[in-house]
Amino acid sequence: MNSFTFTQATAVEAAVQDKAAHEGAAYIGGGTNLIDLMKENVARPTHLIGLKNLGLDNIENTPDGGLRLGALATNADTAYHPEVEKRYPLLNQAILAGASPQLRNMATDGGNLMQRTRCYYFYDLATPCNKREPGSGCSAIGGYTRVHAILGTSEQCIATHPSDMCVALAALDATVRVSGPNGERTIAFEDFHRLPGNTPERDNNLEPGELITGLDLPAKGFEKNFSYLKLRDRTSYAFALVSVAATLELDGTTIKDARLALGGVAHKPWRDKAAEALLIGQPATADTFRRAAAKVLEGAKGQGTNNFKIELAKRAIVRALKQATEMNQALDATAFQNSNP
Amino acid sequence: MSLITDYIGKPTSRVDGPAKVLGTAKYAAEFNVPNLLYGYVVSSPIAKGKITKIDSEKVRALPGVQEVFTHENVPNYAFLDRSYKDDVAPGGSPFRPLHDAEIKYSLQPVALIVADTFELARYAASILHIEYEEAAHETELTKHIDEAYEPGRGKTGYKPPKSRGNFGRGWKEGVAHMEGQFSHHAQHHNPMEMFASTVEWLGDKKLNIYDKTQGVFNSQQYVNKVFGLSKDQARVISKYTGGGFGSGLRPQYQLFMAVMASLQLERSVRVSLTRQQMFSFGHRPETLQHVALATAADGSLTGMNHFAVAETSQFEDFTENVVGWTGTLYDCKNVKLGYRLAKLDVFSPLDMRAPGAASGSIALEIAMDEMAYAAGLDPLEFRIRNYSDFDQAQNLPYSSKALRKCYAEGAAKFGWEQRTPEPGSMRDGNLLVGWGMGGGIWDASKQPAVVKASLDADGHLTVSSGTNDIGTGTYTIMTQIAAESMGLPIEAVTFVLGDTTLPESPLQGGSWTAASVGNSVVEACNKLGEALLKQAQKMDHATFKDAKIDDVQFVNGQMRLRTDLTQGIVLRDIVQASGEPKMEAENSTVLTKLEMLKPPKYSMHAHNAVFVEVKVDPDLMTVHVTRVVNAVAAGRIINPKTARSQVLGSVVWGISSALMEESVMDHRFGRYMNHNYAEYHVPVNADIHDIDVIFVNEEDDKVNPLGIKGIGEVGLLGVAAAVANAIYHATGKRVRDLPITIDKLL
Ligand SMILES: Cc1cc2nc3c(=O)[nH]c(=O)nc-3n(C[C@H](O)[C@H](O)[C@H](O)COP(=O)(O)OP(=O)(O)OC[C@H]3O[C@@H](n4cnc5c(N)ncnc54)[C@H](O)[C@@H]3O)c2cc1C
Ligand code: SF4
Repeated sequence: MNSFTFTQATAVEAAVQDKAAHEGAAYIGGGTNLIDLMKENVARPTHLIGLKNLGLDNIENTPDGGLRLGALATNADTAYHPEVEKRYPLLNQAILAGASPQLRNMATDGGNLMQRTRCYYFYDLATPCNKREPGSGCSAIGGYTRVHAILGTSEQCIATHPSDMCVALAALDATVRVSGPNGERTIAFEDFHRLPGNTPERDNNLEPGELITGLDLPAKGFEKNFSYLKLRDRTSYAFALVSVAATLELDGTTIKDARLALGGVAHKPWRDKAAEALLIGQPATADTFRRAAAKVLEGAKGQGTNNFKIELAKRAIVRALKQATEMNQALDATAFQNSNP
Repeated sequence: MSLITDYIGKPTSRVDGPAKVLGTAKYAAEFNVPNLLYGYVVSSPIAKGKITKIDSEKVRALPGVQEVFTHENVPNYAFLDRSYKDDVAPGGSPFRPLHDAEIKYSLQPVALIVADTFELARYAASILHIEYEEAAHETELTKHIDEAYEPGRGKTGYKPPKSRGNFGRGWKEGVAHMEGQFSHHAQHHNPMEMFASTVEWLGDKKLNIYDKTQGVFNSQQYVNKVFGLSKDQARVISKYTGGGFGSGLRPQYQLFMAVMASLQLERSVRVSLTRQQMFSFGHRPETLQHVALATAADGSLTGMNHFAVAETSQFEDFTENVVGWTGTLYDCKNVKLGYRLAKLDVFSPLDMRAPGAASGSIALEIAMDEMAYAAGLDPLEFRIRNYSDFDQAQNLPYSSKALRKCYAEGAAKFGWEQRTPEPGSMRDGNLLVGWGMGGGIWDASKQPAVVKASLDADGHLTVSSGTNDIGTGTYTIMTQIAAESMGLPIEAVTFVLGDTTLPESPLQGGSWTAASVGNSVVEACNKLGEALLKQAQKMDHATFKDAKIDDVQFVNGQMRLRTDLTQGIVLRDIVQASGEPKMEAENSTVLTKLEMLKPPKYSMHAHNAVFVEVKVDPDLMTVHVTRVVNAVAAGRIINPKTARSQVLGSVVWGISSALMEESVMDHRFGRYMNHNYAEYHVPVNADIHDIDVIFVNEEDDKVNPLGIKGIGEVGLLGVAAAVANAIYHATGKRVRDLPITIDKLL
């Protein structure tokens, strides 16, 4: 870790200006990811801009019936917010499926979007990595790829975005609000994160200096039929091998509307609208779910040690959709997957 | 009559608990001695090759950096390999930190930066420029099986496994057979507390060394030999250890570095390792095993073949007893055993909780399950039919063996008789239910240990020995034993350990501390009792005038006449009458040492039987271990509470080995890639459900006077195999490569 200076910003504009004034500056939310990266010398910011005092930690209803999450609201406060619990239970489940209580108490919603991949090679300076050092090569390809992508990969990078929360946000069609040197703008969630392509060093479409100020959730929360299913190497406190956010709007047994997003499989939360289209208008049966699952994994490519994720993802999609359908019935077989102490 | 100072066998809370909870218990990296300098270790990014250039100019220019130590400027200390050998060093040539330009393994320490603050040293480490010339490395065990060799040298006490009978004939005699290859990957101990040494410079090469270790004397003798320091110059202290599991058996390189830097700079220096660097030394070796079993029509074993190949480093032959247990645990005439090592470009492996047996029992106990199925027998019934009542490997009777009780009591508690044998035949709603079992055997050993007992004029007893407590409960059980031996309330007894100025004791390992130090506590207290009796007789106390030591008893704070318990004298009064501030006695280890030279008369072992329930999601193949019953026969249990904790920890580790734990090596880099707690998975609370621990009654007057066998390791045995067997019972899938992660079941 290098030496750095620190300012605790008190206004969004000042924070943005401070960032522009310091080359190598970084915003810091809860620090749960950035500090780790600094300890490993993966991130070496010269100046840190604290965001805690920006007054961006509120969660409030919006006039259009949605909900606005301040970028500095903690993951814990967000998950347990009464409006989230009531109207966006999918988000509640997804957040609580991630990390540990201690981490969620520190982690912020903005930071969650911005957290970097957990690729082992990215974290270890002894191994080349295009994301860390463009052009140096991708060590993961041909290596140990348990936490790596099966969809949307490139020759340059096969990393995944590790967030659980973001998978739910993708399914819920959230909007990211940002402020930057050129003023304010909003970014649709599906346009926020990127695929690696030839620029794996870029995780998302935030412009230099831009600051996330909040997240807007539209009114529709799918609070009746939803499921967040996370499969991982232990019951809690591990990143997803595969996770699925599934939401349904049912008319009797017919699917009126559906959302399907996956985590742990791509460089971004993987939303598949073509698969959703296969669900809409169909009966909520295992067959329908299997067709949608097959669609999602159509172009999937294993990297060796992660080949199993293709089959696992299919089964997880079917299960998540089944759980979403059977919301009010006993979920015996899934009791363990959803226990998040 | 139950006496209030009878503590042995009673559940007793940890006497060191309050200090740990209140934070007054200090660990090696927490001694903030004045004017301390901080060291940070730089680790090699390559697995093999040599350092061609070190440019430390930029680092040295940083204000506050005191020194950059590399092989270029670390003085040559001791010349001979012998000087670098610690008490548990395997055969070969021990690794010397910062010795030459050669890189022998990935994460090898290549430099130590010493600075005024930890943060500065850490930063300096990140900009130190080192160039390497890489050489091709070999880290893949499966590619080196053919070159594997029988170790001719090993750790002290290593005996090559002995075959008996004729396996080929036994195999032919059999009517049912099984044969399988088993493997598990490397595991790193990863105790919570990371390795650290704080060396306090007292002037004139006199050092107080606060070290994370499982044996202060082992660290001390290493420092003595390597740096040519006398015992007076190097006092090693380790009062609390945040977990060891074997990792602290050998002095780790931070000890060398901290002492070296302190001597060079004539300052106090601390060196602590990072979590990532906890993957830079010994580990449980990756091991490949082959087991073949055959049975006669009645289910009796006619032949057993167990062969193992394990990794070792290029410079030492790390040996452990992987296959030997197979020749002891079950009754069989024809047993063929083999054990080989393959040299890889890794650091030498190191004993890890139940070394060898934990690995061997994975293969043996899964194989026994497979054999039971092949023979059409219930796995428990199969083991009972092959019960060994006599140790065929050593040709000795057992000093005691209550494994039958483990089987019976464990099975009853678990409800084993309700098991239907067919895989996939048991369900809980949609979930597949599997019941599996396993078990194991571990040495009951004892080492010479010196203990001093000292009673002061206030009636407070201080008992001391330079052993360690790595979380096992040593402080507590020694206090109990001493309190009962001297007949004092437990509050009036303090046990002191972890300091080389105390009487010499072996390092804490091998599950031998309770027996070794415990019996010595009794001996020391007995000697103190004799002294007290003599003093009482001088006091002209009519009651004890003609009493011999066997005529008196120490209870409830008094010395009493056995024949008339109403006649007693308060111990404190005896000390006061002596005119001295305290009365002391120390046991002698002469008899123990003599005993160890003689061939043993008995086979002395602890045993266990484990019953496991798993529930498996039939589509997603997620596995949960919902119930475990572990029945242990380990002689006398001094403290059922701390002993239970030992077994609970073992069960958790067994589940970890079965389902998640592995150090994943990327062979292209020769480097463990999941070298942190986020990716090196061990169970969290949510993974652990019901665990029942049973200590079956096992009286043993032959193993040692207290009848203790030790419970630090035996509880781990068979757990991982039982989980694997339960998974087979649930799913019909036989996984022989551990850990059994979700991908292996899909
Ligand atoms: C051991 C461990 C296990 C974990 N397990 C999981 C898991 O299972 N699932 C999961 O989803 N997550 C998991 N996490 C990740 C955790 O959710 C993230 O670390 C956290 O959400 C990051 O938020 P933060 O506020 O601490 O971000 P910080 O560390 O403060 O920042 C992260 C990045 O975001 C940038 N940033 C922060 N705020 C803003 C903003 N408002 N605008 C623009 N940029 C910003 C920073 O500059 C930095 O680059 C785990 C983390 C750890 C350490
Ligand atoms: S997958 Fe991406 S992050 Fe990982 S090594 Fe390759 S380039 Fe780096």
